[in-house]
Amino acid sequence: MARRLTPWRWVVLGLAALYFLVPLVASVIFTVDAPGQGVTFDAYTKILSTGGFVSSLLLSLELAVATIAVVLLLMVPAVVALRLGAPRLRPVVEVVCSLPLVVPPIAFVAGIVTVLKWGPEHLSRTPLFETFVVIQNQDFPLVLVLAYVVMALPFVYRALDAGLRAIDVRTLVEAARSCGASWPQALLQAVLPNLRGALLNASFLTLALVLGEFTVSHLLGYAPFAVWIYNVGGEQAQMSVAVSVLSLLVTWALLLALAGAGGRTRSASSRG
Amino acid sequence: MTHMTATLPETLEKAATVEFRGLRREFGATVALDGLDLTVRPGEFLALLGPSGCGKTTALRMLAGFEHPDSGAVLVDGEDVTQVPAHRRDAGMVFQSYSLFPHLNAVDNVAFGLRMRGTRTAERRSRAAELLELVGLADKGERYPHQLSGGQQQRIALARALALRPRVLLLDEPLSALDAKVRLTLREEIRRLQQELGITTLFVTHDQEEALSVADRVAVMRAGRLEQCAAPAELYGRPATAFVAEFVGTMSRLPGELKDGTVEVLGQRLPADGEVPDGPVDALVRPETLRVAADEQGTACVVATAFLGAVVRVTVRLADGTEAKADLPAHEATGLDAGTAVGVSLPERPVLVAARTQK
Ligand SMILES: Nc1ncnc2c1ncn2[C@@H]1O[C@H](COP(=O)(O)OP(=O)(O)O)[C@@H](O)[C@H]1O
Ligand SMILES: [Mg+2]
Repeated sequence: MARRLTPWRWVVLGLAALYFLVPLVASVIFTVDAPGQGVTFDAYTKILSTGGFVSSLLLSLELAVATIAVVLLLMVPAVVALRLGAPRLRPVVEVVCSLPLVVPPIAFVAGIVTVLKWGPEHLSRTPLFETFVVIQNQDFPLVLVLAYVVMALPFVYRALDAGLRAIDVRTLVEAARSCGASWPQALLQAVLPNLRGALLNASFLTLALVLGEFTVSHLLGYAPFAVWIYNVGGEQAQMSVAVSVLSLLVTWALLLALAGAGGRTRSASSRG
Repeated sequence: MTHMTATLPETLEKAATVEFRGLRREFGATVALDGLDLTVRPGEFLALLGPSGCGKTTALRMLAGFEHPDSGAVLVDGEDVTQVPAHRRDAGMVFQSYSLFPHLNAVDNVAFGLRMRGTRTAERRSRAAELLELVGLADKGERYPHQLSGGQQQRIALARALALRPRVLLLDEPLSALDAKVRLTLREEIRRLQQELGITTLFVTHDQEEALSVADRVAVMRAGRLEQCAAPAELYGRPATAFVAEFVGTMSRLPGELKDGTVEVLGQRLPADGEVPDGPVDALVRPETLRVAADEQGTACVVATAFLGAVVRVTVRLADGTEAKADLPAHEATGLDAGTAVGVSLPERPVLVAARTQK
């Protein structure tokens, strides 16, 4: 029965490929084809010489790493505890974690801006004032990490939940405990290694989210990679497209690197 | 099996005594344990038997430290361990579901406990190899759980449970997920291993045949309480209550009349066992006790026969409509086809009586 469907599968696959590849190929052609001069990579070389490319990309990567670390440290113990201790609370947590999907980024950022304005005014004589200054540090805006953590919650929750569904957490923990493992040991040595795929997925999604995030960072006045692309692109059409193609390639490369790293360690330590 | 000749260099010097004292545990409205009292002797293989939901797993998990009693205490060697956390209980456990760590191969699974203890790698691996040999899987050390059959996984779980030389071994229906043939061989292996190591063992099961065939003593539980704890032969031959009688082995109920310690049943008057007031009662009769013989004048008739190998199980219907089962040697059962009129009688021995149940 499945065999009969094969031609249809190819048709669907072909259509999907066209849908994705045609704009991409057209973009690439547009960037390398200078009218009357044949193929030239000027647009790309110009990007690298434009100020801010490396620093904005680095900032985005740093933000991504920090966000991944925070969101995983927050969510992994939470979902495991939820599964072991209060399975009935799951729907509640699921809804709470999905809220960021419902709130438009523009509303979210408006809220953040209000708090950032209100805070220093009312807390100017308390130590909290310092906190407000620190999180808005231009070199590494922690406020963006906090915002991204919230925005990544729905994806991370879903990825981790799917991972936990595939293993019997309670039995694994109890088996580890009866082998003399303390609670933290049981989590680190018996549960986490079996969540590798889920952790990787969660990191994946968070990385992609942070690299492509524009609204919040732009409106808060920071310039990570996506904002830099926007700023540069406004100046010249050909270069703006070249930058988008490049950003696509950079994101792909990073995701592939992450997958490669995860895949290799996985096959080295386990075939399951 | 040849691998069973392998022994651990050091067996336990002294086996532990385990005591449950008045354990009580409620989950919301359900009472899982309702004052459970039980003592397991040192080096004993005790089967915890009872219908599903009677609290066997809860009792075992309390000894392992995964569950805490609302009241009562768990004692190991006279020492109250109720407050000791699970990882310091010194109890090896094999779970009902497959519980091997999926990311570790067989050797590393067995060595997991030793790793938690901080044992050096070389020592860990040699001890794990030793244990794998003990359970007959010396050649499967590099396999991952998903590359092993259910029976092999449970053997490795057993090796893992024994790796730290625990004072007690806890088995929670370790065979229930396996097919019949593997179940038989594995239960015999568990028994031999237990005898070899002399380790105090609690084996939870809802299968009475399994319990009777491997255990030194069987504790029958019902609704969170201990019903009877005795050696298999005594449990079968002299059940203390009607519940035990009917849960362990097959029992037929024959209507009778109790008066002055004797019961009138099948037209015979026999001494009665069991504490019920005089009046209408049921006599509980094992199939091998009931005698059935072809008799033209008999008031009972054969309803069905089933060939069980050495014996034939004959179901007869008495004059009042009660059905009873009898096991007859195959040669005595020839000619007893369905519909044959038969006479039914009991040997001149005390019979167990219980309050009559309405049918
Ligand atoms: N964690 C729990 N939460 C709620 N009810 C439970 C829990 N564990 C056991 N029970 C209930 O307690 C009773 C005894 O369970 P259990 O000890 O698992 O029985 P058994 O192992 O004899 O089948 C059952 O009615 C079961 O539903
Ligand atoms: Mg159970």
